[in-house]
Amino acid sequence: MQFFFEVLIGGLLAGVMYSMVAIGFVLIFKASGVFNFAQGAMVLFSALTYVSLVERDLSPWLALPITLATMLLLGVLIERVVLRRLVNRSPMTLFMATLGLSFIIEGASQALWGAQVHGLELGVPDLPIEISGVFISQFDLFAAATAAVMVAALSLVANRTRLGIALRAVADDPLAALSLGISLPRVWGAVWAIAGVVALVAGLLWGARTGVQFSLSLVVLKALPVLIIGGFTSINGTIVAGLIVGASEKLAEVYVGSLMGGGIEGWFPYVLALGFLVVRPTGLFGEASVERV
Amino acid sequence: MNSQYQRPRFARVWIRLGLLGLGLAALGACKAKESAPSTETAALTPKAAEASGSAASAPSASAPGAGNEQYFPLQSYRVGPYAAGGTGFFGGFIDYLQLVNARDGGVGGVKLTWSECETEYVVERGVECYERLKPGLNGAPSAAFNPLSVGIAYALIDRATTDKNPIITINHGRTDSTDGRVFPYIFPLQLNPYSEVSAITNYIAQREGGVEKLAGKKIVTLYHGSPYGKETIPVLDILAKKYGFEVKHIEVPHPGTEQQAQWLEIRRYQPSWVILRGWGVMNPVALKSAQKTGFPADHIIGNIWSNSEEDVTPAGAAGKGYLSITTHPAGRDFPVIQEIDKHVLSKGKGNMDDPKRVGSVYYNLGVINGILNVEAVATAQKKFGKKPLTGEQVRWGFENLNIDDARLKELGALGLLQQIKLSCADHEGGGRIRFQQWDGEKWQLVSDWIAADRDLLRPIIEESAAKYAKEKGITPRDCSKET
Amino acid sequence: MSRRIPPALALLLLALAAPLVADDYWFNAILIPFFTLALAGLGLNILTGFAGQLSLGSAAFMAVGAFAAYNFNLRIPELPLLASFALGGLTASLVGIAFGLPSLRIKGFYLIVSTLAAQFFVQWALTKFAWFSNDNPSGVITAPRLIVFGHDFSTPVGRYWLTLGVVAGLTLAASSLLASPTGRRFMAVRDMETAARVMGVPIFRTKLLAFAVSSFYCGVAGVLWAFCYLGTVEPHGLDLTRSFQVLFIIIIGGLGSVAGSFLGAAFIVLLPVLLDHVAHGVLEGSLDAGNLENAQKLVFGSLILLFLIKEPEGLARLLTVASRAVAQRLLPRNFPRASAPITVLTATTEARRDLFRKWRQS
Repeated sequence: MQFFFEVLIGGLLAGVMYSMVAIGFVLIFKASGVFNFAQGAMVLFSALTYVSLVERDLSPWLALPITLATMLLLGVLIERVVLRRLVNRSPMTLFMATLGLSFIIEGASQALWGAQVHGLELGVPDLPIEISGVFISQFDLFAAATAAVMVAALSLVANRTRLGIALRAVADDPLAALSLGISLPRVWGAVWAIAGVVALVAGLLWGARTGVQFSLSLVVLKALPVLIIGGFTSINGTIVAGLIVGASEKLAEVYVGSLMGGGIEGWFPYVLALGFLVVRPTGLFGEASVERV
Repeated sequence: MNSQYQRPRFARVWIRLGLLGLGLAALGACKAKESAPSTETAALTPKAAEASGSAASAPSASAPGAGNEQYFPLQSYRVGPYAAGGTGFFGGFIDYLQLVNARDGGVGGVKLTWSECETEYVVERGVECYERLKPGLNGAPSAAFNPLSVGIAYALIDRATTDKNPIITINHGRTDSTDGRVFPYIFPLQLNPYSEVSAITNYIAQREGGVEKLAGKKIVTLYHGSPYGKETIPVLDILAKKYGFEVKHIEVPHPGTEQQAQWLEIRRYQPSWVILRGWGVMNPVALKSAQKTGFPADHIIGNIWSNSEEDVTPAGAAGKGYLSITTHPAGRDFPVIQEIDKHVLSKGKGNMDDPKRVGSVYYNLGVINGILNVEAVATAQKKFGKKPLTGEQVRWGFENLNIDDARLKELGALGLLQQIKLSCADHEGGGRIRFQQWDGEKWQLVSDWIAADRDLLRPIIEESAAKYAKEKGITPRDCSKET
Repeated sequence: MSRRIPPALALLLLALAAPLVADDYWFNAILIPFFTLALAGLGLNILTGFAGQLSLGSAAFMAVGAFAAYNFNLRIPELPLLASFALGGLTASLVGIAFGLPSLRIKGFYLIVSTLAAQFFVQWALTKFAWFSNDNPSGVITAPRLIVFGHDFSTPVGRYWLTLGVVAGLTLAASSLLASPTGRRFMAVRDMETAARVMGVPIFRTKLLAFAVSSFYCGVAGVLWAFCYLGTVEPHGLDLTRSFQVLFIIIIGGLGSVAGSFLGAAFIVLLPVLLDHVAHGVLEGSLDAGNLENAQKLVFGSLILLFLIKEPEGLARLLTVASRAVAQRLLPRNFPRASAPITVLTATTEARRDLFRKWRQS
């Protein structure tokens, strides 16, 4: 029984990590309807920048704000240079544009910082703590706490600041927001900047877990089923979906996987998502679309 | 989008046809130009541009000299997820080739030349690079291909055999290509996957106090979910049956950034040892996950692709005590590395961007690969003469490669490279490994040479090769008839 | 009859001229992968571009096709090679129908979950169960000898002709299918599903047919990939990255266009190789190999952005506009300035641009 709880708690905490990556996607999709293929590259770039600065003997307390500023700048730059010229194009076109962006960001990261692997220490050791016989990872708890703080901060921004209200207006109905005088490009720039910061947080936490190297951008594969189950437009949905995906993935791997030869962790979340969607076709928390003729 | 799909209008189609014709004509013109000396130049090392070095040591500045050079095409990977290993390996390889040119003036007076083509470890790019580089460089024929990728090697098997180009898959590759009678042009030098696990089993037996003590013990293999990872499952099952230990195979789906479930399962199973068949990011994550679930690092044995500094450093403190196998020690205290330092590095021509990586596991592997390739060329030159050789001739050189201790001493690689003897039927040659342990800073050797049970493995290899031969309709060579 | 001359001539040109002009490198590394991926792109275009069902599982169907053809060829020795190609495609079709069933319930962007599940599940299943790869311990299959009607097609030229023949035949078939009532039903489902249902178009059957045809094409493309191109199939070669690549081919080439699949394949497959050659020729010596590669990535990404900004509807549209412009110059009587549908399209885009411009100025 205690083993079951270990797997369950480990899975829930892992799920929180997945949601963190997924939140970046949700922010951008909600505000501009774009599926940001470059999110993985942004995660990699932010982690790589931080780690490279630290390795060049910069204090972490200095490196972090610099990286933060870089990501904010990157977001604004992307909006100005790329998105502004692609206004009113189809979602497919914008999706392709983010692909082009991901190539550029990947190429730039490796050109700037090299192709080496780096370790990332955030000061929290990855040792297990024992609570009534159940092993829980210290680092995972720290990551979950960070995620909670980040979500709280995001909801604060969304509900209490002018920018946040503008963001929600644009997400709801861009044309109406336009007619109210809300500056669309400014809002999009802000969203991409915030997504960049979210990518930074995710990059640091995942980088501490797996090391900072090119494969870091592959963590988005884990975020896809979370996005699908939670719906593309809800942050709360992403958190809940992350918990579901993380826990069920690990439990399935341990209990069901052994019957099938193992390795089912790769496809199980997607089959689960498929099951969810057959019941609720727009995700758990997604907006139901109304079809008009 | 049109809501009615119309076949393209008549005239427009003719115009497109015209464009196609123009395209082909342009192609033809390019072909005519290409039959003149190629425009490709050898890849220069990063420092070579600023190097003011003496003429003898300039790697590719030497004039092509009417094709009196031996060419090594390099399907390298310097970007992408496996770039850390790639830059180390190809850096060491290139530095050794530069040493041979600088110190000895080439092999038998024939200078070595090379050029790189980036594959990013992707199979199609490896194939494209092979096709692009196989004609040679400026008239210099290609000696052998070293893709350092099992996927690319698989895709090249048929092609290389038809084109008569040797493919070297050092320390990895398709295990049954050890049988040179069915795979005349593929060389899994030094160590094939079956030898790896056999030698690891022998080491575990040694640590446990003898082969009899293995019975009843539990061993887990944590393998990467890919052909490379799965390759050794049957052999481990055979060894388990032979020695009486229990083996459990646990898969980590590619890329391996999440291994919590697997390590919790390991925790439940409570094995004495875990064999790690990892690749890339799976390795440091494995070590971190082991720490997370409380499994001791000094009972994890990494295989030949989980044994480098790049695999352990991202794991930080979790890697301390981790064991792994190696066919060669890390470090710079070998005469050949010191020679490279003297003739190449101190002149600013080293291929590594970060000089601290000289002497790392991947770098030394590159140097060893260089030694083996060059020795094969030298061996072949004894039969075919001191001139640039074709792939078929270099293949003969590989099959008659025999490096004993005396020769190792001459090369300055005693203690670095093991004795190796290849033959027509045996394309592996070595089969011995040593064990090293990570102390947080570097790898320390903790064992002597441990051999694999090659006699036990040979029949399995031959059976698998025969099956392949039957499937493809190949008649195996008769080694006794060949000189 | 005269309609068929240009395509037939084009085919003849490609089939005969290429061997005179091209060498091993061109066949093995450029032409065969180009045609193979163009076929896969065509398959995906039928499903996504014409029938509007988003799919990220093209590589999975390619893998099913490849492994199925391999197994049919291996276990039924008397089966002719082209029959195993067809059977491979049909098997992929069946798998495609299975994973297309959720399309009844799930619409729009969320439909990708079904094909994503296919992608990961198929990749896992083909590696896990040794039967699929004839008990090869690594789970890799190798291509058999390519003997069609008694002739050996294993040489680079032979493999090229085999690929060209298969792709040309299937493209012709696709073109006919899409111009037929079935094709119009596909487009009805894509453009306005509810209206189509009201009109009596059998929605579910149409969607499943789209999945079936598309997966057949992807399956055959997979067989070509394994048999004619690489000679082997590694599961990682047909993974999610490949599926994304095929999707990018049709988006850049032009959704809803047969020619677009070929143009997109040329862009995605051939342009990086061209960039590599150019980079080696021009920049060699000033950058080391790694940075050369990074520079190419930057250039490639920028080119994608440039194309999208200039012509968001893909290269096919660009080609149509260009050839129309050329035709106007050459034959002004047959091609008056702008025909009605185009005016409407540009008018809408123009109107949108005007609105945006006015808003910017306010």
